[in-house]
Amino acid sequence: MVNKRYIARRLALMVLSIFIVITILFFLFRQVPGGPMSAFTNPRMSQAARQAIIEQYGLNDPLWRQYLRYMVNVVQLDFGQSFYYGNSVSSLIFDRFVNTMSLMLTAFVISYTVGTYLGAQLGWIRGTTKERLGMVAVLFVRSMPVFWTGMVVLYVFSFQLGLFPIGGMRGTGASYSTMAEKFLSTDFLYHVALPVFTLCTYYTGLPLLLMRNNLLEVLSESYIDTARAKGLTSRRVLFVHAARNAILPVVTAFAIAIGFAVGGQVLIETVYSWPGLGREMVQASLRSDYPVAQAAFALLSVIVITMNFVADIAYTYLDPRVSLGES
Amino acid sequence: MAVAGLLIVLFYLVLAVISPYIIPYGPYERIYMLDGSWASLQPPTLAHPLGTTDSGYDVLSQLLLGSRIAMFVGILGAFMVAVIGTTVGIVAGYYGGWIDEVVMRLVDILYGLPFIPFVIVLATVFGASVWNIIFGVALLYWLSTARVIRSEVLTVRERPYVEAAEAAGASDFRIMTVHILPNVIPLSALYAAIAVGYSIVAQASVAFLGFGDPAVPSWGVMLQRAFVTQSFGQAWWWTIPPGLSITLVVMGAYLVGRGYEEVVNPQLQEK
Repeated sequence: MVNKRYIARRLALMVLSIFIVITILFFLFRQVPGGPMSAFTNPRMSQAARQAIIEQYGLNDPLWRQYLRYMVNVVQLDFGQSFYYGNSVSSLIFDRFVNTMSLMLTAFVISYTVGTYLGAQLGWIRGTTKERLGMVAVLFVRSMPVFWTGMVVLYVFSFQLGLFPIGGMRGTGASYSTMAEKFLSTDFLYHVALPVFTLCTYYTGLPLLLMRNNLLEVLSESYIDTARAKGLTSRRVLFVHAARNAILPVVTAFAIAIGFAVGGQVLIETVYSWPGLGREMVQASLRSDYPVAQAAFALLSVIVITMNFVADIAYTYLDPRVSLGES
Repeated sequence: MAVAGLLIVLFYLVLAVISPYIIPYGPYERIYMLDGSWASLQPPTLAHPLGTTDSGYDVLSQLLLGSRIAMFVGILGAFMVAVIGTTVGIVAGYYGGWIDEVVMRLVDILYGLPFIPFVIVLATVFGASVWNIIFGVALLYWLSTARVIRSEVLTVRERPYVEAAEAAGASDFRIMTVHILPNVIPLSALYAAIAVGYSIVAQASVAFLGFGDPAVPSWGVMLQRAFVTQSFGQAWWWTIPPGLSITLVVMGAYLVGRGYEEVVNPQLQEK
């Protein structure tokens, strides 16, 4: 069962981790060559205007005071103003976060459904030539760098066949009044198809391999023999008796994998010019817009840390045999 | 399967060693057409089996030289992961108590740093180079190795021969290196093999995002050039070879790791 003290300790650790990550980031970004003003490279900017900006952002204060002010603001979810866009970082980052999640969650749900199904099938036909070929194919696809898969997919479907747009999230001139309208429109589906397909080629591997391995374990249990002896169809034995018991680790892998995948979103968003959190972070780094880069990185870390926590807790709920924190 | 993996890895290893002597052109040597213009984006011919890039460079030469960076990053990354992960795992597992607690909480905290964004930050701060990637790998990829090794050590240290060694007055260091280490080597070898692939993909990914050293020809830099010039929509000969090479090396290293694990752990062979 879930131990309350364990959860409290994990929560405390989670907060501490986020705090440390944000601190490391703050000090790392102060080391950028050229200093914080490198974003403002306009040579015609007068000395007075330069001073005004330095004053406005408080860049003259000693480092520890800047750090204190930053942390106090962060606790209030205020990440300051973007050097590049000039408006609030929080609203920008929230918008990018929604875009990232819309792409990633779609890909995850499809990958885990397909992967679980295919994994069960592969485990069922173990030992056959078909299974061995299937495994080689899975390992190969899983070894492909995801940004390269994206380029190849774009080459085939956009450049050669002209079926899909080469990037972006909406067509020119498209505008939506509500969030729901934006993410349910055909224009969105048209733009999301290739990135989701690319992500799926990569994400499907893990649930597939996990499912196959677990199924192999489950198939040696005696209740499977019983089910077969009852004369059930092999389909029924596989999906009702075996797969159900093999699916548990796949469920927890889902949460952990979301956490890890968030960092890799940077690549797919760059390939498909998807206006997400990762791409924003890369561009902000290249533009020395570090309020944005810092906030984007912090949010990515928070997602990773939260997902690890969720995975740990979910595990104890789903499998009563596991008990954490009582050793 | 493992043999096939080994052959792939050896093939690229040999390429990495001999590539400077067999490349037909310099990686950044401009090729000209007969009329004196740049041989830009030429499809494969006999003289250039993999065609040319938009700047008129020979793709094959860049590909061959790129194997050096990939193998260097892969091997060094795997070595770091194995050494750091194993050492930390053994020390934490063997001593237990507060040492274990501190180390494992540190591992938990580092788990919160997403890898690619972290290397981007390093590259922004310290400038683009291969060393940022090695540093990132060394800092963040040993975590799961350390966790797995630690839990393995927890069972190994309860075995009678460790107790016997303790009773005989062996030092902690001797017990860890002579009695525990040999038992966890197969596990660290497996994780090292997987880390070869991770490191190579990490290097390529970071270079692809434009945070690699553009002066050093690597597979990631090649793909980045093909992407930012948008030539990949036409020049398949420029994008397919480096990506395929990455895929093959990653898969080869993984197969070798699995194969080695099966050899040292015969129980797995029955499955």
